[in-house]
Amino acid sequence: MRFKAQVRVTLKESILDPQGSAVKRALHAMNHDNVLDVRIGKHIELVLTADGPESARRQVQEIADRLLANPVIENFSFDLAEAGGEAG
Amino acid sequence: MGDCIWREMGLATEEYERILDILGREPNLVELGMFAVMWSEHCSYKNSRAVLGLLPTTGSRVIQGPGENAGVVDIGAGLAVVFKIESHNHPSAVEPYQGAATGVGGIIRDIFTMGARPIALLDALRFGPVSDARSRHLFAQVVAGIAGYGNSIGIPTVGGEVATHESFRESPLVNVMCVGVAPASAIKKAAARGLGNPVMVVGARTGRDGMHGATFASSELSPEAMAKRSAVQVGDPFMEKLLLEACLELYELGDDVVIGIQDMGAAGLTCSSCEMASRGGVGMEIDVAKVPRREKGMTPYEVMLSESQERMLVAVKAGSEPEVERVFRKWGLEATVVGHVTDDGILRIRDGDAVVAEVPAKALADMAPCYTRDASEPEYFRREQARDLADVPEPDDYACALMKLLASPRIASKEWVYSQYDHQVGTNTVVLPGRGTSVVRVPGTNKGLALTCDANSLYCYLDPWAGAAHAVAEAARNVAAAGAEPLGITDCLNFGNPEKPEVFWQFKRAVEGMAEAARALEIPVTGGNVSFYNESSKDGSSTVAVYPTPVVGMVGLIEDLSRVMTPGFKREGDIVAVLGRTRDEIGASEYLAEVHGIEGGPVPVVDLAAERAAIQLTLALIRGGLLSSCHDLSEGGLAVALSEACILGGIGSGIGARVRLPGTMRADRYLFSESGGRMLVSFHPSAASGVQAMAGRHGVPVTVLGEVGGMRLVIDGAGGTGGRARRVVDVPVSELSRVYRGAIAWALES
Amino acid sequence: MRVGVVVFPGSNCDADCYRAIESFGADVKYIWYQDRSLDGYDLVVLPGGFSYGDYLRAGAIARFAPIMDGVVEFAEAGGLVLGICNGFQILLECGLLPGAMLPNVVPRFRCDGVRLRVENAHTPFTCLCHPGQVLSMPIAHAWGNYYADEATLVELERRGQVVFRYVNEEGVPTPEANPNGSCHSIAGITTRRGNVLGMMPHLERACEALLGGTDGRWVFASAFEFLSGGVELGRLHLAGDGPRH
Repeated sequence: MRFKAQVRVTLKESILDPQGSAVKRALHAMNHDNVLDVRIGKHIELVLTADGPESARRQVQEIADRLLANPVIENFSFDLAEAGGEAG
Repeated sequence: MGDCIWREMGLATEEYERILDILGREPNLVELGMFAVMWSEHCSYKNSRAVLGLLPTTGSRVIQGPGENAGVVDIGAGLAVVFKIESHNHPSAVEPYQGAATGVGGIIRDIFTMGARPIALLDALRFGPVSDARSRHLFAQVVAGIAGYGNSIGIPTVGGEVATHESFRESPLVNVMCVGVAPASAIKKAAARGLGNPVMVVGARTGRDGMHGATFASSELSPEAMAKRSAVQVGDPFMEKLLLEACLELYELGDDVVIGIQDMGAAGLTCSSCEMASRGGVGMEIDVAKVPRREKGMTPYEVMLSESQERMLVAVKAGSEPEVERVFRKWGLEATVVGHVTDDGILRIRDGDAVVAEVPAKALADMAPCYTRDASEPEYFRREQARDLADVPEPDDYACALMKLLASPRIASKEWVYSQYDHQVGTNTVVLPGRGTSVVRVPGTNKGLALTCDANSLYCYLDPWAGAAHAVAEAARNVAAAGAEPLGITDCLNFGNPEKPEVFWQFKRAVEGMAEAARALEIPVTGGNVSFYNESSKDGSSTVAVYPTPVVGMVGLIEDLSRVMTPGFKREGDIVAVLGRTRDEIGASEYLAEVHGIEGGPVPVVDLAAERAAIQLTLALIRGGLLSSCHDLSEGGLAVALSEACILGGIGSGIGARVRLPGTMRADRYLFSESGGRMLVSFHPSAASGVQAMAGRHGVPVTVLGEVGGMRLVIDGAGGTGGRARRVVDVPVSELSRVYRGAIAWALES
Repeated sequence: MRVGVVVFPGSNCDADCYRAIESFGADVKYIWYQDRSLDGYDLVVLPGGFSYGDYLRAGAIARFAPIMDGVVEFAEAGGLVLGICNGFQILLECGLLPGAMLPNVVPRFRCDGVRLRVENAHTPFTCLCHPGQVLSMPIAHAWGNYYADEATLVELERRGQVVFRYVNEEGVPTPEANPNGSCHSIAGITTRRGNVLGMMPHLERACEALLGGTDGRWVFASAFEFLSGGVELGRLHLAGDGPRH
């Protein structure tokens, strides 16, 4: 079976995000004064084959934990869905 | 053939008819696409070839002049310097980060295809006024793109120039120069030879990136042109780093393995295959089915015209394919045989068994029409020549005028820019950016290369001939001020639409001026790039050309790095003097523009004999060990040069100077005149007689102005006939430094 | 003295490190990232650059290169490992050193000169320096903002694992002298045993007067002095607590 995982990697709340702060300043300069906070993260899509959703989930969890996110500074979450035929 | 499809591809009807003549039949779509890109201005120089013939391209040191991927000049000890400048203006206008990044990637490939390891990058940039938000965005993104690519691949960006002007608001200029070094005997050429020799595509896979980029670069920027762009190329510096190392390792397999190699830049596989075949006087057969793809369902047309980055076409000796593949595999790259050399002069494109294009290679590469466009002198030219500037008042406050100049984007420290570039990777950068003319060591030797690129767009607009001649002279002075003998020029000629007679006049006059100066100073032009159609319109009606900007990239040689010279004053008590003659001429000056709001008047007199004498004197003084510092005088004149010599002086924290202006010229004229052929020098009092004697022998006037000392810049006005000396400037160096160093960051970030 | 400089795909300061080390008369070799063994080496250098393009995060992919198993083993056996810039980032990613790198607080690449204060002169890499000595070196990075949680920082400080701190002309760590926003102005840290040093500044670029400075030589010279036994181990407070003194 073919699955598509959408992994979101975000900075932990306690970590300063200079890029996010820069974007926030720019938005304020564009008169979007009501933007209170900007945090920049990563969106990563994986297409993989697996026997079933459970093994796919386990594998994506491990991949995200070991490589895609750095647990010192980042959190991650992901959605998994079965991907049709030629997806990806 | 559908109605006028050739016109949509950018070909004129008479050009289409010429293709019919050459082929004796109608071209198919693939063939037509190939002609369209190869006959675009970007690839064929059809509008500029005739004029470019004026440039001097030979010299005793020249190993390779124009016509290859880069110029090559002998620097002794069996080594050669390989260098080239190229524009990436149009892509940068659309997507500044990737446009600039891929510009860097492209010029680096031009250098290592020649067999050289790239050791330095420089950039000449033009943007709209920094008061404009979009211009600031373009500025910041272009710098980030250059940094993103150059830093990652690990080639130091050591210098360049930046200026802003209204005419670049919609059409920024991004010119990138790369310099490499190779054993003179190991220079590679981009010519295919030897019947049956395999032709390989190496590096990245082919996708649908930047289709028709070359045609795109050969038209004005209109909303339709923006929409026509199918995809922006995205640079991958990591891939290029691997490709660079793999190619350099490939060359080490032996001189006979690589027959010819060419980068796939503009017009991709089409350009590289037909040019390599044409240069070698052979034919070539390519099977597009064998070209590794990144995307599914690509047509032969798309494969032939793709401008995917980080790819090379290599013709290798038959039988060496496994060795070539091994080297590329080591670096994690693909090397795929896609065709072979033939002897019929035909570029034959197959898609498996089917022949999809069959065109004489020479027809694509060398038979584009050559136009001599109409040139007509614009009406402003004579008006500005005759402009009377006698009424321009003396400033009430000289210090304030000086500060305005130090804060102008053209003059202010470019620290905000170059601190984003890794300028030290490679551990060869001897003079860092911002500390004088950039100097890099020739790896493994005690020789140095002084590198610069220069152009004054306002000069070139007001008087293209004089402006271009000044660009050559200023570059040569910059190089000489570091103690380097000028070796060669690579030029990047940025102009508007050459089909407009006034633009073509600017182009023609600029090339004539550049040619005359290069001849007089005996500095050959070994290659370069022409970028036309730098025009834009906001409303789709009339378009406005950029100020003509013929950028002169120059390389100079320092035989002994222990004699490298810098512009900062060094010691208390040193004598401060100007070499060369200061004329009462403030036309076209930065002073006139910044302080009086006048962008006009006659450009400073071009005196090439005086330039030559000043350069030779400077080199003799530096080699003789007589100078403590040397600074070329250009924008902002003496006042700015004095300020910079103070700011950059001492041991990092600056040092002051006290000077008194000589003669009877009004102080603002003397301080801000941009007369050419001058250097600001300082030397120990014990060297004074030596300096005078040597200057006498070279026929260059020396004017002693004062001495180095204290922590303030103090300038007393002339006490000439009837006039009384008065203090015009008295400012702490720390204050000059604060304004000079902070201006660009402040303008871009506040 | 046998020194290995690891070459990852995308390393670009490997040759600079090689030449700097060679100038000490050491026997220096490149180590390809696909090798596994570090037998016979006295010092292993992870050079600067953009390994794997720095894609994902600086150092994130390189830590899985085959050679890294060897580097971890070598370090655990007490071998000297020096990670410079991207090499430091790799050491953090692979967990040999604690913490992580964030983008510079002004989120741009920055190439500039900095001053470092030697905070611990009792490590193999600083044993010829005196405590508080200020060294000048260049930095060149976009991701040099060192981060660790408060508990880790307290531990690092307590055990003397902070080796270099960014300081101003007076030798004082100030926000202005901190080029990237690093916690505690940290420029370089070691393991508890002191045998693994990660630092952002490019010491290999400060080994030649012609290029503007030679302060980087203190670090290399210290390592060679330590390796040649010129420094008694007993004199070194190898950053550990209690028994190691």
